[in-house]
Amino acid sequence: MAIETRHIPIRTGVDVVEARTATRALATRVGFSGTDQVLLATAVSEIARNIVEYARTGEVLVSSIEGTRPGVEIIALDDGPGIADIPKALEMGYTTARGLGMGLPGARRLMDEFDIATRIGRGTTVKMRKWVT
Amino acid sequence: MRVPILKQGNFLIASIQSALADEDLIQLHDDLASRVGQYRSKGVIVDVTVLDVMDSFATRTLRDLAQAVRLRGAQTVIVGIQPEVAFAMVQLGLELGDVHTALDLEEGLEVISGLVI
Repeated sequence: MAIETRHIPIRTGVDVVEARTATRALATRVGFSGTDQVLLATAVSEIARNIVEYARTGEVLVSSIEGTRPGVEIIALDDGPGIADIPKALEMGYTTARGLGMGLPGARRLMDEFDIATRIGRGTTVKMRKWVT
Repeated sequence: MRVPILKQGNFLIASIQSALADEDLIQLHDDLASRVGQYRSKGVIVDVTVLDVMDSFATRTLRDLAQAVRLRGAQTVIVGIQPEVAFAMVQLGLELGDVHTALDLEEGLEVISGLVI
C-alpha cells in the first residue's frame, strides 16, 4: 500500500482538532487497535497545542509507515522560539507558558519513538512514531 | 461549536455533540458557571461520550469547570468517558481530582440526585 501523508497547518485550536482527527483516521487505516488510536490522537493533540501555545503557527505531518512493520509517523514543526532546555521541557509539569507542562513528556510517554530537534530563535521539530502491535 | 445546555428541573445537562477545540471547552466552562446562577441550578452533568480525546487541556478545563460550579453552589458529574479515553488518561497521568464521574447519563442523574439532596 502506498504511503499516505496528511499535512495539517496549525494556527488555532480548530487545527489541533483537525490534526488529531486526521491521525485517528490514518491510525485506523494502518490497523491500530482502538486504544492505540486514542493514544496516538492524544499525543498529536498535545504536540499540536504546543505549536499554538509557543510558536503560534506550524504544521503537523501524519504519515503511514507501510511494510512488514506498519505504524504511523508524526512530524510537528514550527519556526517558533525554540526550546532552551530540552531535558527540562521533557519533565512532567515543567512549563514556560500557561499549560500543564504535559505536552512533550506526555506525547513521549504515549509514543514508541520520540525525537526532538530545536534551535533557539529558529524553531522546533518533533518526530515521533508508533508501531502497530 | 457551542455545547447545548439543557435545563431539567434543578439540573443542567451539557451534552457535547462533537469534538471540541480548546476555545469551545473554555466557552462551556464560562457558560455553565453563569447558567448555574441564572437558573439557580443545583447540579450539572457534562456528557463527554462523543469525545475521543481527553488530553491535558480538556482534563484541566473540566476539573476547573467542576470547581467553578462548586464555588457557585452546585455539583458536577462528568459522564461518558470512553474506555479507550480513560486508558489514555491513565497513561498520561491525567486526573480529574475529586470530580464526580458516572458511566452514562442515566447513572449520572442518579449520582447527582444523591449529591444534591
